[in-house]
Amino acid sequence: MENLLAITIGAIYAFSFYLLLRRSLVKVILGVLLFGQGVNLLIFTAAGLTPDRGAFLKEDGSLQPPYADPLPQALILTAIVIGFGVLAFTLAMMHRLHRETGTDDLDELRSDEFDDPDKPAP
Amino acid sequence: MNSLLLQVCARITSPLQIILSLILLLRGHNEPGGGFIGGLVAAAGIILYGFAFGFHRALCLLPLPPISFIAIGLLLAAFSGIPALLAGQPYLTGLWPNLSIPTFLAGNLKPGTPLFFDLGVYFSVFGTVLLMLETSTKNENSP
Amino acid sequence: MNLLLVLPIFLPLVSAAILLLIPSAKLQRWIHIAACLAHFAASALLLCEVLRKGITASQLGNWPAPFGITFVADTFSAMMVLITGLMGFLVAIYSLDDVSSEHQKRGFYSLYQVLLMGVSGAFLTGDLFNLFVWFEVMLMSSFVLLALGCSRHQLSGGVKYLVLNFLSSSLFLTALGLIYSVTGTLNMADAANILKSSPLGISSMSAAMLLMVSFGIKAGLFPLFAWLPASYHTPPVSVSAIFAALLTKVGVYALVRVFTLIFTIQVDFTHDILIGISLITMLTGVLGAAAQYETRKILSFHIISQIGYMTLGLGFFTEAALAATVFYIIHHIVVKTNLFLIAGAISKLKGTAELKKIGGLYAESPWLALLFLIPAMSLGGIPPLSGFFAKFALVKEGVSLHAWLSVFVALAVGILTLYSMTKIWAEAFWKASPNENGDFGLGDAPDPTPTSSTTPSLPSLPASFWAAITAMAAVTLAISSWPQWLFDLSERAAAELSTPSHYIQAVLHSKQ
Repeated sequence: MENLLAITIGAIYAFSFYLLLRRSLVKVILGVLLFGQGVNLLIFTAAGLTPDRGAFLKEDGSLQPPYADPLPQALILTAIVIGFGVLAFTLAMMHRLHRETGTDDLDELRSDEFDDPDKPAP
Repeated sequence: MNSLLLQVCARITSPLQIILSLILLLRGHNEPGGGFIGGLVAAAGIILYGFAFGFHRALCLLPLPPISFIAIGLLLAAFSGIPALLAGQPYLTGLWPNLSIPTFLAGNLKPGTPLFFDLGVYFSVFGTVLLMLETSTKNENSP
Repeated sequence: MNLLLVLPIFLPLVSAAILLLIPSAKLQRWIHIAACLAHFAASALLLCEVLRKGITASQLGNWPAPFGITFVADTFSAMMVLITGLMGFLVAIYSLDDVSSEHQKRGFYSLYQVLLMGVSGAFLTGDLFNLFVWFEVMLMSSFVLLALGCSRHQLSGGVKYLVLNFLSSSLFLTALGLIYSVTGTLNMADAANILKSSPLGISSMSAAMLLMVSFGIKAGLFPLFAWLPASYHTPPVSVSAIFAALLTKVGVYALVRVFTLIFTIQVDFTHDILIGISLITMLTGVLGAAAQYETRKILSFHIISQIGYMTLGLGFFTEAALAATVFYIIHHIVVKTNLFLIAGAISKLKGTAELKKIGGLYAESPWLALLFLIPAMSLGGIPPLSGFFAKFALVKEGVSLHAWLSVFVALAVGILTLYSMTKIWAEAFWKASPNENGDFGLGDAPDPTPTSSTTPSLPSLPASFWAAITAMAAVTLAISSWPQWLFDLSERAAAELSTPSHYIQAVLHSKQ
């Protein structure tokens, strides 16, 4: 199971880096999104898999040894929420950028071209 | 959207959702639930009302603008750690005074400082979701 | 001590919330200033406490050490929090007359407080995942501060900043996953305790390298610094000044913390890489600055080259070199922030920061010229000023380690820095205003009052600008006149950094 997940994580990382290297901003952001998911999966796998076991106490408060580690789950939950927030902000910003500049090509978004307030932007 | 069916349903279920969110909030310390989920459910109630009657009207239901909910939530959460400091414990240590208040929906309620932290989370999440709603619907009306 | 460790985070959080609740713009300004002053006072008290009692730790929520979140203050982090408080306060004064009312309405003050909270949290936390969370707090507020106003060059700079920083955070998380799989803990002291006995395996070595890349992006180290010069010149001056003061330094702080505490086994490998990267960073930064003609862009590139000096000290990894690093960071924060504020004052006076379009400021505002000269010469490392002592300590350590290449690069970069500073000096202050030369027609200058450069009736600077700039110059002069006390502090910090057992002891065996 670990091997399968490891291969999956590798594939996700590869795809996301491919997307990150594209010129189109939409694809870059998709890459960032995918990267975040890959990382969550990696934390989950790296912490060790315990199939069929939860991270809960029994009714009487006791705990039987093969139980899942709750910490990575908490970490992933936090990371997902943070990632969601960043992504929402990114999308809003991209929407705004597209409305302002009418392009999503990173090569055309050179901030130094807009330095001069007199010069009309290309 | 102008659907009679939805309007009738929303009028009943929206208040129910708010009550459900409070139950989730109160039982959340030891059982599934808590401030985050509670805040989301409460916000969902307002959003449902908004789908039925328009978002502007839904937001007018609130006593405060969404951003104030966030601020109040942050203050509650931040100050919930202070009593522990006064008692000589590290910040945010849970203090449980020997009290038990019967509630009829969520069992007996033991108020402690973590409850105020959860309440803070509840308000912040509620305010955040509604703020997103407010901003995105405002953009739609005036492009 | 529980209280003092939390105050630098608690105060900005509470004031951010209060600022959201208060509609009156006038009241907001006063609360903003009062909150920053309180933060500064709290951080000063924290440093006093740490100096009196040694490394202090507080276990949040009273969860014992490796399981809960620990807040730790050693001399280094307390110094960093103090300089954060000082810069936060002075830039806040400057921002009163710099930030437009549009920005204020959109929550500039709250975001500023959240930024201070994130930075202080990152300095004080003793837990790796918590460090990630504080990074995100800091980044989210800086994203919004950067994009406030939504002009097109702000947005296009902001997108690069955002994507690269998100990448860095994801790499950081990947490293956390690997560290957790090796050690089963994310508490820095506990992880250090577990990793100190055996040489690093594949997982922990990859984690170390991933952390280096991730913090390197945030600090602006060599291959991945492009976000910094692309974005720092776009927001209002007070925003870019506080960014220049704090954001990259949090990256440097994280590098120092991790590579003095956790990964200290294979120093000849990890720290040699750091030395190499630092040297290339110094060179590329300073050469990049040479090609620029916009004041804040020049300064942005100089941040990068100066970061190289700081990590060079970390790369040497001796106690004296670490002391030099700490000294360098403190000196650099004051000087660089001041230069950004002066760049803001220049563009306020002239309507633009393009060096080719301005000139003659020396005649028009000799005090500003003098105030520029202090941090500029200090940055270049001219003897009586603070930058000289910082560079001297670093170079002296390089000489005693026989790292001749590093010494040569450090000195050469110092001279090139001086070149850039004299460029700003000559172009903005010394040369005659281009309008008088007839190089540029008056229509070219975006100055609101086209006659201002021919007649001496300049728009005068508000008092808050003068107050902030003068106070920072005074801090630089104070460090220059009495460098010994800052050196003593830095040496104490370095001594604590180079014997991590004290830190581990303080975290894992603290009473509470």
